Amino acid sequence: MSMLSIKNLHASVEDKTILNGLDLDIKPGEVHAIMGPNGAGKSTLGYVVSGREGYNVEQGTAVLDGVELLELDAEERARAGLFLAFQYPVEIPGVSNMEFMKASVDAQREARGEAALSSRDFLTMAKEACSKVQLPLAFLKRGVNEGFSGGEKKRNEIMQMLLLEPKLCILDESDSGLDIDALQVVADGVNSLRSDDRSFIVITHYQRLLDYIKPDFVHVLSEGKIIKTGGAELAHELEAQGYAWLTGDSAENTAETSA
Amino acid sequence: MTEQIDQALEREYEAGFVSDIESETFAPGLDEDVIRRISAMKSEPDWMLEWRLKAFKTWQQMEEPEWAHVDYQKIDFQAISYYSAPKSMADKPKSLDEVDPELLATYEKLGIPLLEQQMLAGVAVDAVFDSVSVVTTFREKLWEAGVIFCPISEAVQEYPELVKKYLGSVVPQRDNYFAALNCAVFTDGSFVYIPKGTRCPMELSTYFRINEQNTGQFERTLIIADEGSHVSYLEGCTAPQRDENQLHAAVVELVALDDAEIKYSTVQNWYPGDENGKGGIYNFVTKRAVCHTNAKVSWTQVETGSAVTWKYPSCILRGDNSIGEFYSVALTRGMQQADTGTKMIHMGKNTRSTIISKGISAGRSNNSYRGLVRMGPRADGARNFTQCDSLLIGDQCGAHTFPYVETKNPTAIVEHEATTSKVSDDQMFLCQQRGLDAEKAVSMIVNGFCKEVFKELPMEFAVEAGKLLEISLEGSVG
Ligand SMILES: Nc1ncnc2c1ncn2[C@@H]1O[C@H](COP(=O)(O)OP(=O)(O)O)[C@@H](O)[C@H]1O
Ligand SMILES: [Mg+2]
Repeated sequence: MSMLSIKNLHASVEDKTILNGLDLDIKPGEVHAIMGPNGAGKSTLGYVVSGREGYNVEQGTAVLDGVELLELDAEERARAGLFLAFQYPVEIPGVSNMEFMKASVDAQREARGEAALSSRDFLTMAKEACSKVQLPLAFLKRGVNEGFSGGEKKRNEIMQMLLLEPKLCILDESDSGLDIDALQVVADGVNSLRSDDRSFIVITHYQRLLDYIKPDFVHVLSEGKIIKTGGAELAHELEAQGYAWLTGDSAENTAETSA
Repeated sequence: MTEQIDQALEREYEAGFVSDIESETFAPGLDEDVIRRISAMKSEPDWMLEWRLKAFKTWQQMEEPEWAHVDYQKIDFQAISYYSAPKSMADKPKSLDEVDPELLATYEKLGIPLLEQQMLAGVAVDAVFDSVSVVTTFREKLWEAGVIFCPISEAVQEYPELVKKYLGSVVPQRDNYFAALNCAVFTDGSFVYIPKGTRCPMELSTYFRINEQNTGQFERTLIIADEGSHVSYLEGCTAPQRDENQLHAAVVELVALDDAEIKYSTVQNWYPGDENGKGGIYNFVTKRAVCHTNAKVSWTQVETGSAVTWKYPSCILRGDNSIGEFYSVALTRGMQQADTGTKMIHMGKNTRSTIISKGISAGRSNNSYRGLVRMGPRADGARNFTQCDSLLIGDQCGAHTFPYVETKNPTAIVEHEATTSKVSDDQMFLCQQRGLDAEKAVSMIVNGFCKEVFKELPMEFAVEAGKLLEISLEGSVG
């Protein structure tokens, strides 16, 4: 069975079609990298799958571990085990990281019929996750992303992922703006969660991240659909040659289908 | 997203029930005779009646103010009843055992158990129901510390010298239209006196409840902290859900003598009216403190209720080195209107004031901050810091800021910061993506926004205030 199966997904924002018949099949334990030019629809894919309001699905299906996602509210999808690490994590002033993450973990536990964690147990878990992403423990008390640097925000996303232990993680450019050390931290976070019953979609522009997180497949997303799929070596080719040799193709294809 | 937030904001007013209690209520109407009857009901001495009648004459010559950023139907003062008391209160109950069980049940239902063994340890409560105080708890324990905490109607009888000296000393009768009316018709409220050098051994709290239809509530609170004393006081209020508007026009006077400190917190949850603006309390309140040398007063308020709020808890910093603080959260939703803020009047040298105001507007509501900072000619080295933050939920509400600064002393410093933000779609989505529903997300974001104010509330009440916001923001998410 697939962990995530997306079939013929068409989606639009403000009447503008952005995903244009996208197919993606991810088995448990696999890591899929998604690359592609700016504006191709990579972030949109993450938003559509995770149920962000304003992103309208016109056609297609997306099934997470047997659960039909597209009928669920965003929070229900999260509780079903879907996690999105944001490209631009937003600040929530005054709400401590601790409070935010405990509420999230408890909401997800409640949905699974489990009791809320005691504050003490949660604190132990949170401290562990915080050290794993190499943020000082003081970050647990600070407002969610409040005044964090770009790199700290990305690490904070990974900390949340570690605590929520999702089935499917979508990382949207979690490497952009990171120095080598921070990149290593993000990669270690992901690798520590890798297991046979968990899958990842890693959206990135840089093959560099994929040196640390070895993908099983690399896809090229352009103009709202996957135009090329290969193994880890495809990332190297893209790094060397860019996307032009592929997207040229795609423009013709699009012209054909819309004709 | 806006739709989702709107749904999250629809909610029931939990304190909206009516208690079935037989009451003695005056027929609507206001004239000298009504004032004489109120005074007689309370068996007041002549000087008190004279004081009321003088205030009534003053009020008759005044005009209802129109400067606030609020819009409401003119109040028909002849359509209001000025006195209502549970019948069971006719012979004053001597102890809790004699209090009408229905009254106790009402407070219990509101989460204010009055039986001392069930209460929050360390909080003494004066419960005011319509026009009378039904019970004041822990009086003996306070008495041992020399602290007087009793209904003001009783203080008029028992401590006339204190009342005569201080009543109207902070808010003069002619101060404003609603204050003058209150002076004429006030019915009950709390009286507190903390003797010299005494730290009040527990939190004091008054819980106001309007129950009867067509009645106004005009309570009067007077707190005197003698030299070097300290007290923390909390006021809470609710009213049943009714279709017509009800008037609440209170006056609160605080006197902080040399080196004294008063912390006054309010959690105001009067019925706000329905989503179309029908019904709800008109909350026109005058609250003011005078601070003598080295004294400190802080006002902390969490305002979520009332159809219309008009309220500016203020500090007159008369003594040198005195300190005034104002921390406020005002949440409006539906058709609510709030015009609230503070006045810091710096008279003494090196006086300091801090104003932190957090306004949250949702639905079609309007939320205004109005603040005056006045630096008098003698206020050498005085300082004020003001921070006014507005949070908008949805795009049909309004937030307005009216800061007034008057400086007559070149050495005084006034700082003002203001921000306006929105609960953004990005924030909502982040919360939901982590598994939180829209309702929890809004309440968490709003609570975070209010953090600086909540941390000023006494512990028990900070929790209560957080919950109140959560309830106020609660509703069905479909
Ligand atoms: N909220 C939105 N409103 C209008 N256009 C949008 C919105 N979000 C994304 N788009 C457009 O959709 C396209 C894909 O965007 P995005 O998914 O962010 O691309 P990528 O992440 O691949 O760079 C872009 O052309 C972008 O301008
Ligand atoms: Mg993107």
